[in-house]
Amino acid sequence: MQSTSNTTTTKTDIIFDRKTIKEAVVEIVSDSGEGAQKCGQSLGAISAKMGNGVWTVEIIPAEIQPPARSKAGASGIRVRMGSNKVTNMGDHADIVVALNEQVLYGRIDQNAYKSGTYLLIENKWATHTPETQKAYEESLAQFKELGYIIHEIPMEKECLKHVSDARKGKNMWVLGLLCNIYDRDLEIAANQIKYVFRKKSDKIIQSNLDLLHAGYAWANENLPMHFTIPSRLSDEDFVVMNGNEALSLGVMAADIEVCSMYPITPATSATHAMAETIESAGGIIHQAEDEIAAIGFAIGASYAGKTAVTITSGPGIALKTEFIGLAVMAEIPLVIIDVQRGGPSTGLPTKVEQGDLLAVLYGAAGDAPKIVLAPSTIEECFHYIILARKLADSFRSPVFVLTDANLATGVQPFPRPTIKPDWFTGPANQAPWKKGVKAYDWDAETGLSDRPIPGQKGGMYTLTGLAHDEESHVAYDPSINQRAAESRSRKLAALHKTLKVPVVNGSETGDLLLVGWGSTRGAIEEAVERAREKGANVSSLHLHFLSPIEPGLKGIFSKFKKVMTVEINYSDTIGNPLITEENRRYAQLAWYLRAHTLMDVDCFSNVYGQPLSPIQILKMMEKQLDLTLID
Amino acid sequence: MIALQPDFCDIALPEGEHYSIEDYASSKARWCSGCGAHTILNSVQKLCNDKQLPPEKTVFVSGIGCSSRFPHYMKTYGFHGLHGRAFPVACGVKFRRPDLNVFVITGDGDCCSIGAGHWVHAIRYNMKMVVLLFDNAIYGLTKKQTSPTSPFGTVSNTHPAGSVLPPINPIQATLGLPNVSFVAQTVDWKPAHLNATLKKAFDHPGLAFVRIVQRCPIWMRDSYEPTVKDPDAITVLNHENGIVLDEKALKKFRHVNEHDPSDILKAREAAEMVKETTPIGLFYQNKEAIRYDEYGAHNLGTAVEDRIGAINSMMDRYAI
Ligand SMILES: Cc1ncc(C[n+]2csc(CCOP(=O)(O)OP(=O)(O)O)c2C)c(N)n1
Repeated sequence: MQSTSNTTTTKTDIIFDRKTIKEAVVEIVSDSGEGAQKCGQSLGAISAKMGNGVWTVEIIPAEIQPPARSKAGASGIRVRMGSNKVTNMGDHADIVVALNEQVLYGRIDQNAYKSGTYLLIENKWATHTPETQKAYEESLAQFKELGYIIHEIPMEKECLKHVSDARKGKNMWVLGLLCNIYDRDLEIAANQIKYVFRKKSDKIIQSNLDLLHAGYAWANENLPMHFTIPSRLSDEDFVVMNGNEALSLGVMAADIEVCSMYPITPATSATHAMAETIESAGGIIHQAEDEIAAIGFAIGASYAGKTAVTITSGPGIALKTEFIGLAVMAEIPLVIIDVQRGGPSTGLPTKVEQGDLLAVLYGAAGDAPKIVLAPSTIEECFHYIILARKLADSFRSPVFVLTDANLATGVQPFPRPTIKPDWFTGPANQAPWKKGVKAYDWDAETGLSDRPIPGQKGGMYTLTGLAHDEESHVAYDPSINQRAAESRSRKLAALHKTLKVPVVNGSETGDLLLVGWGSTRGAIEEAVERAREKGANVSSLHLHFLSPIEPGLKGIFSKFKKVMTVEINYSDTIGNPLITEENRRYAQLAWYLRAHTLMDVDCFSNVYGQPLSPIQILKMMEKQLDLTLID
Repeated sequence: MIALQPDFCDIALPEGEHYSIEDYASSKARWCSGCGAHTILNSVQKLCNDKQLPPEKTVFVSGIGCSSRFPHYMKTYGFHGLHGRAFPVACGVKFRRPDLNVFVITGDGDCCSIGAGHWVHAIRYNMKMVVLLFDNAIYGLTKKQTSPTSPFGTVSNTHPAGSVLPPINPIQATLGLPNVSFVAQTVDWKPAHLNATLKKAFDHPGLAFVRIVQRCPIWMRDSYEPTVKDPDAITVLNHENGIVLDEKALKKFRHVNEHDPSDILKAREAAEMVKETTPIGLFYQNKEAIRYDEYGAHNLGTAVEDRIGAINSMMDRYAI
C-alpha cells in the first residue's frame, strides 16, 4: 500500500488521520450462510458508486452446508478497490474480516495473505466452548507467527446490542466496520442496504441500518487503521454487476426470445438474473428436462423463428455435443454460452477453469466448424452476446461464448450500455421464399446462404443431420459431402477475412509475449505492466476470437524471443516425473496456437481452481526472464 | 409472427387456394415394400389434405430410424434431427409458433428407449402437436436389435435366444404421466381406423399421443402376420367421444368394447388388455389439461420499446 497522510472529515464528524492509499484488497470470510458475500458485494457496490475501480470475486465452498468452522468451509468474498480501474482480484489481501478463525486456513493455503495482512477475527470463539477456545488460541498463535497482524473483534457481542440473532446481522455490522476503515460514504452505504433488502420489511431494513452505523462507530473508536482511497468520478453513467448478470442483460438486449437451459453451476445464476425481467422483455426461459433437451428446444425455436440461446457449463456441453454437431451440419443459428468450471467430470463445480476450449472447438463427431468467442471482461460479457447473436444469424451457425466462473461471479463497474432499437430485428421473416433459391444456396466464395423459416411459402425443405446437398436432400453421392463440408468450413474463412490483427499490449517486440484468452486478461495485463515498470521486455496479447482464430499471429509471435500462453487449465510441467519435451501435454490455447502457427508456443497454466493473480504471473516471468520483478 | 395469437392455427386460407394430395407428397418413400410406414404416410397426407393444411405452416419433426425418414417424404417443412430427440425440437418449434401445425414422428427405440426422458416431459408439457409413434417393436434401421417394446422372447440380433425382459407398454406408460391429455392406439393396416384416429388427434387441443402398431415385414414378419390375419386379434374401443367409425367400418371388427375416454382409470385398465388382444381406439382424452405452448406464446410480439424499457429498468438496478 502506497500512502501519504491527509485529514478527512467523515459523516459522523470524527477527525482522523487517514492514510491515502491507491488501492486495497479486502476479504470477508465465514462459514456458509453468514452473509459474507452480501457484505462484500455491498462494499463493492458502494465503492463503485463512489467512483472507485472495483473487482470482487466470490470465495465459494463446494458444498452448500460444509461443516462449520472448517478449512473447507471458507465462504466469502474478496473486494479489490482502487483509485483506477481494477481488472482482477489482485495479489494478497490487506485486511481480512473472519467470522471464525478456522476458515482462514483455507485461504492461507491458497496464499491469499502476506506478512502484514490485518486479520480482524470474531472473538466469541475464545470463550465459546473449551474446544473452540483451544482451537482459537492455537490458531491465533500460528497466525502471529506467519506475520499477520491480529485484531480480535467482539462482533457477536456488539451485534447482540441491536439484534437477537447475531448470525443474521453480523454481515452488515462488518460492512459498517469496513466503511469506517476505508472512508466509505455512509449515505451511499445506507442506500445500498435499502436496495439489498428492498423486498424485506421496514423493520428489517432499519435493523440493518442500525448495524451498519454501529459497526462504523465501533471501528471509529476501537481500530487504529483508517484509509482513504481517492476516486475519480466520471460524467459517464456506470453500471456495476457480475459477468452472469451482464450475460443475462446481453441475452435480452440481443433480441433473443428463447433461453433454454438446465440448471448447472456456475451458469445458472445468469438465468436467475434474467428470470424476473425476461418475460416483460418479450422472451421466456425454458427450463428443460436435461441439457440435451435444452439445446434441442433452443434449436427447434431457432429453426422455426428467431435465434435462441442455451446456457450451460462443461458437463452440459458434453451432453449437448451431438446437437451442436447437428446445428453445424444443418446450419442452424444458435448462441451457446458456456460458463466454464473446473473439470473433467463434475470437477470443481464452483471454481474457475478455462478447460473447455478444445472440447468446444473439436468435441464433435467429424468436422464441425463453429464460431467461438471469449469475452475477457464483465462488460464484454454483455456486448459479446449481441455480437454472437448477429454472427449466428449472418453465418447461419452456432456461436459459442466462453466465459468462466471468475467472470460469472466477478463484479466490476463499466459504462452503462445504451440499448439500441436496431439490435432488435422484429419478427422472423415470413415473406414468401425467393423462387428458385435452394434451402442451402451456398455461395461459392463464402459458403453463406439464407435460411427458409417455417411459415415462408415456397421455402419448404426437410432439415437433416444426414449429409445433404443444396436442397437438403440426403446425399447418396459422396462428392456432395466433400462439397458441403468445404462450404461450412469456408464460412469461417469468410469471417476470418473480416477480423483485424489483434493489438499487442506493450511493445511489439521483446523477450517474452504472454498470450491469454477470457477472464485472465486483467491479471495478465497488470502483471505485464508491473514487469515493464521494472524494465522487463514483456508484452501480452489477448484473443477474443478463438474460431476463426484472429489473423496475423505468426507475424506478431515472430517478433518475440519467446511466446507463452497463460491459462487456467491443465498442462504438464517439464521436470515432473516422466514428463519430457516429447510427451508433455500443453495448455489448451497453447496446443491450438502451436498447431496454428507451427511455432514453439510454451504455456503457464494450473488447475488450482483460483483466478490467476498478477503476482503468480510475475513470479513465472521472473523465472523465465531471470529478473527480479517483485519487491 | 409478431401479432399471432395462439388460436391462429386455423388461419384462413387465401381465396381460391386449394391443396391437393400431391401438394403434400415429396420424393418417393424409400421404405421396404410392405412396410407399415407407407400406409401411415398416405393417411397423414390425406389428413393434411382433408384439413387443407398450408404446407408452409406444417412441420414434421422426427428422430432417427426408418420411421424418422418420414419428413423427407412430405412437401412441408421438416426436421429430421437426432436419434431420440424429436420431442425437444418439436417443443422448441411450437413454443413461439402457435401458427404452425407440428407433428412428431418417432420410432419405438427413438421414443421409448433413447428418447424416453423427453417423451415423459413432452407429455407433461402438453403442447399442441400430433405425436405418431411408429411401433414396429424392433430396431429397423440398425437391423433387428431388441426394442423396448419387443415382446418378451423376441429373437433378435442382440438376443438370438430371445429377449429377456418384458416390454414397455407405451400406452400404459403414457397414461401414467402427469398432464397427459390424449392417448390413442391404431394399426397401420386398418386405414379407416387410422384415418379417423389421425383426424381426432389433429383436432385435440394439446399433445395427441398416437401409438401406431406397425408392420415390419423384414424383421418382424412372424410377429405381425398372425395379428394382421386374425380377426380376433383386435378389439375396438368404441365411444361417441372416441374414434368414431361409420357403421360399415365398425362392422368389420369382431370385438367392440364400449370405453369412455374421459375415465383415466378405465383407460389404464383397457391398456392392460394388450396381453390378450390389441385394443385400438381412444383410451383417454382431457381437453382441459394445461398447455405449455400457451405459456410460450403469451408474450409474443412485445413491442420493441417495451422490451428495451424492461431491460433498462433491470439495468437501473445496477446503475451507480
Ligand atoms: C446417438 C445414436 N445412437 C444410435 C444410433 C443408431 N440408431 C439409429 S436408428 C436406431 C434405432 C431405430 O429403431 P426405432 O427407433 O425403433 O426406429 P425404426 O428404425 O424401427 O423405425 C439406432 C439405434 C444413432 N443414430 N444415434
